[in-house]
Amino acid sequence: MMAHLPILPVLIPLCAAVALLLATGASIAFKRALSLLAIAALVAAAVAQLVMADDGGIRVYRLGDWPAPYGIVLMLDRLAALMVALTSLLAVPVLLAAMSGTDTRGRHFHAFLQFQLMGLNGAFLTGDLFNLFVFFEILLLASYGLLVHGGGLRRARAGIAYVVLNLSGSALFLIALGLLYGFLGTLNMVDFGVALQKVAPADQGVVAVMCVLLVSVFLLKAAVLPIGFWLPSVYSAATLPVAALFVIMTKVGVYALLRVVTIGLLAAPFTAGLLQPWLTWLALGTIAVGSAGMLAAGSLSVVIANIVIVSGGTLLLAVAEPSAASISAALYYLVQTTVVTGALFVFADHLSRQRGEAADGFGDGPRLASYTNLGLAYLVLAVAACGAPPLSGFLGKIMMMQAMQPSLHPVLVWTALVLSGFVAALVLARAASVFFWEPGAPGIEERPDVPYRPAWGATAAIVIMLIAVLTVSFAAAPVSAYARAAAEQMLARDAYVSAVIGDPARIDRELRP
Amino acid sequence: MEVLVSLSLGLLSACGIYLMLRPTTFSVVLGLTLLSYAVNALIFFGARLKSTAPPLTIDGLSGQTDPLPQALVLTAIVIGFGMTAYLMALALKGKAESGTDHVDAGRDP
Repeated sequence: MMAHLPILPVLIPLCAAVALLLATGASIAFKRALSLLAIAALVAAAVAQLVMADDGGIRVYRLGDWPAPYGIVLMLDRLAALMVALTSLLAVPVLLAAMSGTDTRGRHFHAFLQFQLMGLNGAFLTGDLFNLFVFFEILLLASYGLLVHGGGLRRARAGIAYVVLNLSGSALFLIALGLLYGFLGTLNMVDFGVALQKVAPADQGVVAVMCVLLVSVFLLKAAVLPIGFWLPSVYSAATLPVAALFVIMTKVGVYALLRVVTIGLLAAPFTAGLLQPWLTWLALGTIAVGSAGMLAAGSLSVVIANIVIVSGGTLLLAVAEPSAASISAALYYLVQTTVVTGALFVFADHLSRQRGEAADGFGDGPRLASYTNLGLAYLVLAVAACGAPPLSGFLGKIMMMQAMQPSLHPVLVWTALVLSGFVAALVLARAASVFFWEPGAPGIEERPDVPYRPAWGATAAIVIMLIAVLTVSFAAAPVSAYARAAAEQMLARDAYVSAVIGDPARIDRELRP
Repeated sequence: MEVLVSLSLGLLSACGIYLMLRPTTFSVVLGLTLLSYAVNALIFFGARLKSTAPPLTIDGLSGQTDPLPQALVLTAIVIGFGMTAYLMALALKGKAESGTDHVDAGRDP
């Protein structure tokens, strides 16, 4: 059983999704129970992986028992375990929030959710580049379904743009993979690094171009400056619990980039400096554009979407200059920003139901029913999101600043991090005054109260997210110690080579004309 | 042969990208289809152009071609086909709701 642990986070959602498709006609209560049960099992498997990976070993699961690099392998290390655990834990509040109403607007919500989790976990666990493409497609196809869930012209239009963009991204991904395979003769991630070291000087130019093409696909998923404008319209068009799950989707891009850089590009001298210095500039630009987007936003969900963009830019600052310090800071930042922005989306869902037609827009709305509790929850989330002490956002930014001290442009990086935090604080404070203070204030038109009784799922979702935010804040030491260990493991490439392919000299390589 | 193949791949991609930049969803779908043809052919040719080279090992026969790109291209075709079908469904839904096939329909002026 323990030997098969690496594949469980893929198998559990797959089985649940197939069962949910077969049970299309069943009652919503049955589907919810099945979905919840599957996610509970997934969380158990993910936590078991997290504990298992913490001994520092790299577990290789050969699918079909074909040895790497010829067959496809799953690779469980600290980074993969961390990402799978984060995804599975985020799925719990997402499901609970969706159960309080939005999941009845379409028949296949729960099946799509499970397929999405399968794709995400597979992308985090796979050790093969083409398999990564396949899992990307699975998670994208499920996300297309989740995005248009709920119907409406706005979602359909946002969906078309999102699908076209991602299909173009897939085409680029395939071009890069096809040509890399043509030159290197391998698709295994670890072997990719080994093969890069053996590229003839005459071919190095073409291979470098292909690597940049591969990187740009991941940058599209991570919503970086020139190719990131899709994110706010997509995230704000989706129903809010779905948007909370989509938060992890940009992190898939960052993860894939981190993986390919540490295991592949850093291995060979001609690709090691490939991301410098342009990625730093793009990341800084992403932070600037995201901050401007926050200021221009007309609703809370667009603000949160722009916070997601800014956090993606912040993470890429570290990826552009990979070192043990910068990667470990980035991993802590990734965990905390995913939890906080996911929590904000869940909160926005709760809030917009209480405001009736005003939803989460910054217009006049009715007085909120659970005024004090919501206000306190918002205070915690906003403090964490804008990076003010004492919560996780502050710790994440401090770690990033310390790690980026030896970078190319430390002053610029620090300024970007501090200013984006100020902008977030300003916008979130303005939102608080609109939501909590203005209804009922003198000079503001009274709106009729919206009759609303929160379902237990919605309340439970917010409580779980708040506990998660506080845990990431107050258990920062163990989380960042894990992140540090993960970063050091990722940079020790020889351990991956011996775990996945053994002795690289023994691999029969075909000579290409 | 190599030059002919490269030129036709380039032509396919160019037509695909031109159509993708058109303002109606239908041409975008056609463009994506052309682009995916070009990409599939590219993956296939990643195994180099060889004639009468089988993708399997047969006793006494040398000079096989690499079988993996053929497996990859099958996967890519299936996925691309599914995605295109979904995009068509989504485009039809958008057209039914807004009455036009223009990509900017339904957007605030």
